[in-house]
Amino acid sequence: MVDEAQGGNAGFVPSLIGTSGETLREAFGRALTGLADRYPTLVVLDADVAGGTGTHHFRRAYPERFVQLGIAEQNMVGVAAGMALAGRLPVASTFAVFALRTIEQVRQSIAYPRLNVKLAASHPGLDAGPDGASAQALEDLAAFRAIPGMAVVSPADAIEMEKALPVILDYNGPVYLRTGRSPARRIFDESYVFELGRGRIVRDGADVTIVACGVEVARALDAADLLARDGIFARVVNMSTIKPIDEALLVACARETGALVTAEDHNVVGGLGGAVAEALARTTPAPIEFVGVRDVFGESGEPDDLAEKYGLAGPAIADAARRAIARKTGGTR
Amino acid sequence: MPDLRSRAVEIRRIAVSLIHGAGSGHPGSCLSAADLLAALYFGELRLGDQDRDPADRDRFVLSKGHACPALYAALHLRGFFDRAALGSFRRLGGLLQGSPTTTIPGVDATCGSLGQGFSIALGLALGLRGSGSRVFAMLGDGELQEGQVWEAAMAAGHYRLGNLCAIVDYNKMQSDDLNERTMRLEPLDAKWRAFNWHVRVIDGHDFDEIGAAFAGARATTDRPTVIIANTIKGKGVSYMEGVPSWHGSVRLKAEEIRQALADLGVPPDHQPGYAFHG
Repeated sequence: MVDEAQGGNAGFVPSLIGTSGETLREAFGRALTGLADRYPTLVVLDADVAGGTGTHHFRRAYPERFVQLGIAEQNMVGVAAGMALAGRLPVASTFAVFALRTIEQVRQSIAYPRLNVKLAASHPGLDAGPDGASAQALEDLAAFRAIPGMAVVSPADAIEMEKALPVILDYNGPVYLRTGRSPARRIFDESYVFELGRGRIVRDGADVTIVACGVEVARALDAADLLARDGIFARVVNMSTIKPIDEALLVACARETGALVTAEDHNVVGGLGGAVAEALARTTPAPIEFVGVRDVFGESGEPDDLAEKYGLAGPAIADAARRAIARKTGGTR
Repeated sequence: MPDLRSRAVEIRRIAVSLIHGAGSGHPGSCLSAADLLAALYFGELRLGDQDRDPADRDRFVLSKGHACPALYAALHLRGFFDRAALGSFRRLGGLLQGSPTTTIPGVDATCGSLGQGFSIALGLALGLRGSGSRVFAMLGDGELQEGQVWEAAMAAGHYRLGNLCAIVDYNKMQSDDLNERTMRLEPLDAKWRAFNWHVRVIDGHDFDEIGAAFAGARATTDRPTVIIANTIKGKGVSYMEGVPSWHGSVRLKAEEIRQALADLGVPPDHQPGYAFHG
């Protein structure tokens, strides 16, 4: 196994794209490596994308606990199931779009027998950027959320990734963990405590609640800034656990702010927006606007440019918030 | 060894009876695999007993999960669950599901979607490497049309997993028709050799050949072994042998189960003893 840090004889080393800032995939890879001693049964499985998913850090430090399966994701997922049955704690990692091709293997070989396997997927959504639509998974949250008993987590920044990972490893059951390709803006500080299944209010407000996950949390904060200029105070919730969703927090937000917006780097069908609507429709119906990719495929481009074009950036979220507020019955604005 | 033959016959009797009692199931595939399962569960496999689960016990993965009535029969005969449990096969709230699950005592992997169990076996073999445990996986021949099988085969060859033994129940038939007419598998032994496996081709109904192949697998520690077992679909039941239509999930009518049990040496007055579903 050749480490990508070992270059050729001229001293040239290929630089990884998008690793200059705090990417969720780098945070994931470093946190995973740091947890190896604490979790002696931890093994990391790869399908030839370790340099992209961040697991190259683990490979370098613990080569004997790193299993290369080649470009064969379906087999990797089955191998993870078998290693769990053999008493290991497998974390299998690939790109989100390739995780989608393992959906039946995850369902059948991992979730149905409720094996303790974690599937960590990088390069989700339009955040995957210039590789274009074929590399931009817009369906993963919906697909993995639909599998019985599967937890789905999408952290917002590097700190949350670092705090979430040991909680996910301690949780005894299958988890889909969405990381990210591009540098993610800092949301939390070191005092942050991650709880699986709990959302977190990262900015308070009384007029509307923006429920976001992943890279959209930073953009939701941008939207809150824009709205504040007009005297509209938006609450921003980081809903990093998409499943099981924090229904109690959502109900409280619906009651207290009367309208909601969901924001996700994902198709508007079946992801965070769907989960929020399902949670509220039964007990606390409120106007909800959905920010996400509108049931189309993306294209090549830089993540922020794509976010603007496809309506995922702060101004689009702010517009959605205004629409949600306008739909409040007896609304004040 | 001498009673492997009688164990295999008993596996066949129980399997067809379970399928009759449940009103559905895959008899042809159970009958072709029965001798191999008898040789595993009453010979080759080192099993943990129910009270003690030694870490180095061997594992068996029925990747062709639709043959589970035969597996359940073998597990029952090895004492993993009692006769009453057999009556739960395919019944609401029952222990014995229509495909094998790890909730069933003695079942080492949840299977049922072809191609997936073999990857699980590979993961078990990787995870148990160096422990003394060996891992066996039984695959159907039609199952080999799944691409995932060859992903796993390539990885097992790459990692030289001498603790992994695959058994192909090569009965030449799949759900719809003969393999040959559905999707040709030949040259099958050459395919496995090309994936860096130790290959044995045997008569899957000859216990001497099965035993010799297992011994060959045991002795081969630098590569995984595949035993390509030539078998007869529906083996032991006159009207099923070599007839593809008995592969699929079928209902065995009263006259059909009577004839099947008679072919398997159960006289009419003993047949009520096989009415597990009550």
